[in-house]
Amino acid sequence: MIANLGYGALVLTLIVSFYGIGAALVGLRKNKPALVDSARNAMLLTFPLLTLSALSIIYLLATNHFEVEYVASVTSRSMPMYLKVTALWGGQSGSLVFWSWLMSAFASAVTLRKWDRDREFLPWVIVVSLITLAFFLALNLFVENPFTRLWALPSGQVIEAMLRPAGGSLYFPSDGRGLNPLLRHPGMIIHPPMLYLGFVSFVIPYAFAMAALITGRTDDRWIRLTRRWTLWAWMFLTLGLVLGGRWAYDVLGWGGYWGWDPVEIAAFMPWLTGTAFLHSVMIQEKRGMLKQWNMVLIILTYALVIFGTFLTRSGVLSSVHAFAQSAIGPLFFAFIGITFIVSISLLMQRWNALKAQNQMTSMLSREALFLLNNLLFLGILVVCFWGVIFPLISELFTGQKVTVGPPFYERANGPLMAGLLLLMAVAPLAAWGRSTYQTLGRAIWKPTVAAAVVLVAVIISGVTNIYAMIGIFLASLVIAVTIHQYWRGIMARRKRDGSNFLAAFTKLMQRDPRRYGGYLVHISMAMLAIGIVGIEMFQTETQGTLSQGESLELGRYTMVYDELAVFNTNDARNVARAVVSVYKDGKPVGELYPRRDFFYDSQQPMTIPGVRSTFADDFYVLLVDWEEISSNSATFKIYHNPLVKWMWVGSWVFIIGTLISAWPEKEKETAPKRSQHRVAAAAD
Amino acid sequence: MKQHSTFNLQFSTTIIFLLFLAVLAVPVTALAQDAEPYAPTDDEINAIAREMFCPVCENVPLDVCGTQACAQWRALIGEKLSQGWTEEEIKQYFVDQYGARVLSEPPREGINWLVYVVPPVAFLVGAYVLLKGLRSWRQIEPESTPLVNDEISDDYVARLEDELRKSQ
Repeated sequence: MIANLGYGALVLTLIVSFYGIGAALVGLRKNKPALVDSARNAMLLTFPLLTLSALSIIYLLATNHFEVEYVASVTSRSMPMYLKVTALWGGQSGSLVFWSWLMSAFASAVTLRKWDRDREFLPWVIVVSLITLAFFLALNLFVENPFTRLWALPSGQVIEAMLRPAGGSLYFPSDGRGLNPLLRHPGMIIHPPMLYLGFVSFVIPYAFAMAALITGRTDDRWIRLTRRWTLWAWMFLTLGLVLGGRWAYDVLGWGGYWGWDPVEIAAFMPWLTGTAFLHSVMIQEKRGMLKQWNMVLIILTYALVIFGTFLTRSGVLSSVHAFAQSAIGPLFFAFIGITFIVSISLLMQRWNALKAQNQMTSMLSREALFLLNNLLFLGILVVCFWGVIFPLISELFTGQKVTVGPPFYERANGPLMAGLLLLMAVAPLAAWGRSTYQTLGRAIWKPTVAAAVVLVAVIISGVTNIYAMIGIFLASLVIAVTIHQYWRGIMARRKRDGSNFLAAFTKLMQRDPRRYGGYLVHISMAMLAIGIVGIEMFQTETQGTLSQGESLELGRYTMVYDELAVFNTNDARNVARAVVSVYKDGKPVGELYPRRDFFYDSQQPMTIPGVRSTFADDFYVLLVDWEEISSNSATFKIYHNPLVKWMWVGSWVFIIGTLISAWPEKEKETAPKRSQHRVAAAAD
Repeated sequence: MKQHSTFNLQFSTTIIFLLFLAVLAVPVTALAQDAEPYAPTDDEINAIAREMFCPVCENVPLDVCGTQACAQWRALIGEKLSQGWTEEEIKQYFVDQYGARVLSEPPREGINWLVYVVPPVAFLVGAYVLLKGLRSWRQIEPESTPLVNDEISDDYVARLEDELRKSQ
């Protein structure tokens, strides 16, 4: 009953989506505002319908309806309620419904905003959003249906089908297979929604960009309207990536946070183009330049959002043959291809109307430096894209699959990331239009001295790795430049109105949140860089099998194996939990409890490290193995991860910075009149 | 002379005794080697495993993969190390058995060169296009384009910057 209700809601949503697309197109073509309004209502209707469908799945998950195949595949009786509910995005078909639900929520929110003011764009935004939504709904209905049930045939065979087969009766498994244990972690519960939010919100600026191209409104109105959407999208995507890293660090048991896995890279690629876009749109806003390039970037970002979902959903990563065998892969591939070709065709049509209003006047201007920043981001994108697809190319042409692993990405991306840090330090000091070496030098020499002092301290502390020195120097330079900028602003503010330090700082933030929030984001990126340098260049590890009371040493740390207990829990886990004492320079610093959980329902283990974390370093202990009977001896792997905490703290600074930057300001302007460019475009 | 013969006798006895010891020592040493073969440490095994991937557990390096199959691979690496194999020989053994995908990077041969060549070439092409674009933009002097900057878009920042300049 509930499964039918949810399925029916999905079917209705698809019908409503098609109606909305048609109504908007006909209404625009025949200039019938009532039809366009009807399309808007259709867009709004998709949200409650999809909410009903998503709630139906949640109900089925929460009440152990194992006759529904999706429920049986991702939950079990022993799972706690919060995990059952969040299993909505724990499997393929459920996560696609979740994707559609978020998409519908965002697109509906867009149409609820100032409809009359942006009436020129919004009908087209509805069309683009509904096309995207319809694609995902079609995937759910025809390929990955979360409401498919299990049926027992008279022959005894159990099959999956939405409708009752002839002679079939519902099959009720006694229990489900349970959620993959690796996904039973707070980080993993929040990580997918964050990524999806990032993905979905990037559809909105893309939809506005397409609307601008279709309507010929080629000024920067679409950018101003979507600036905040883009920032939110970027924040969610970044958070999704960071949470994924934290989850890997806490759960995957390999002492790291990022493994250049294709699934990670799939989410990283739209982030790269999205970040390039965030910087590049400023050039269009300030200087009326790079209009064509901004279109290219948002089209790429949208394509990469869908491509990222395709990579993780199609099975193509395990083998090109799996892609050919799955129904979902070719559909994704076709959708990406069609939307990309249509988008580029629209862009070509408006190419001349999108020519720059100004010229680049100096190689040292902020816009020139932002272009360099774009080049570096796209350089990293090429490395990532090529690294992900090369194994498929190799398999296709030679029949032999190869692995493109971390050494390739680290070697290729390291210098590009260092270049980005340098630009992060220099570009905020360069003026729009024109800068000179003299003015830049005057602005940067003090922060450079501060960064040099940090570098000297690092060298004195014994660091000899040249790459680490460069990384630390550049990150320090970014932080010093940014703090210097704050300092100058606060001092000027105080001089102007005599306010105290805190009041001056607050006013500075209030008056130009975009700029000063952005500076905080720069600081957070430098902090992330410090963490990355620490763990990538100074991580050490060792492994050993110890009897109780024996110790293992790593650097200044000593770990003593105290005891180990093996027990069952109420939620169907078998837990092996060790107690180890940790000493630094011979002094006790605490106990850690590395453990290995074995989940009976899914027959899978999960390794949970014991971690002592400080700003200087993390001491990270894994329980690798132990004697089953006596527990007298156990094997431990220990990692020393310097500076990694800076990454996690940096991500909090990032959130604060982005929130300040995206904080809604009172709109000063009403919708400007259509520019001459639009008239020119219409004349084309 | 007698002394000489006594010396000879003592010398011969010593030699025979040493030879006898040597003959005894050979099997003892061999036995000792059998009893305590070279046992590589976990760290030595992991140092090699870190740069390898098993074909089943995709994208999880061999040194940290928790599956039974990967544990067996690590044990095999340990076995080969104890037999005196070098790191390269061990990797080649696995490549021969399972293909080049066990390595963390494609071997630099044939079509695999593309993976190393394409990104830098693409970057250089991008840099060239950007540089050319920047130069051509600079050559065309703007007719009467004023410099649009923060100062124009935000009065407050304009005043702030002015005061900053004055204070310097």
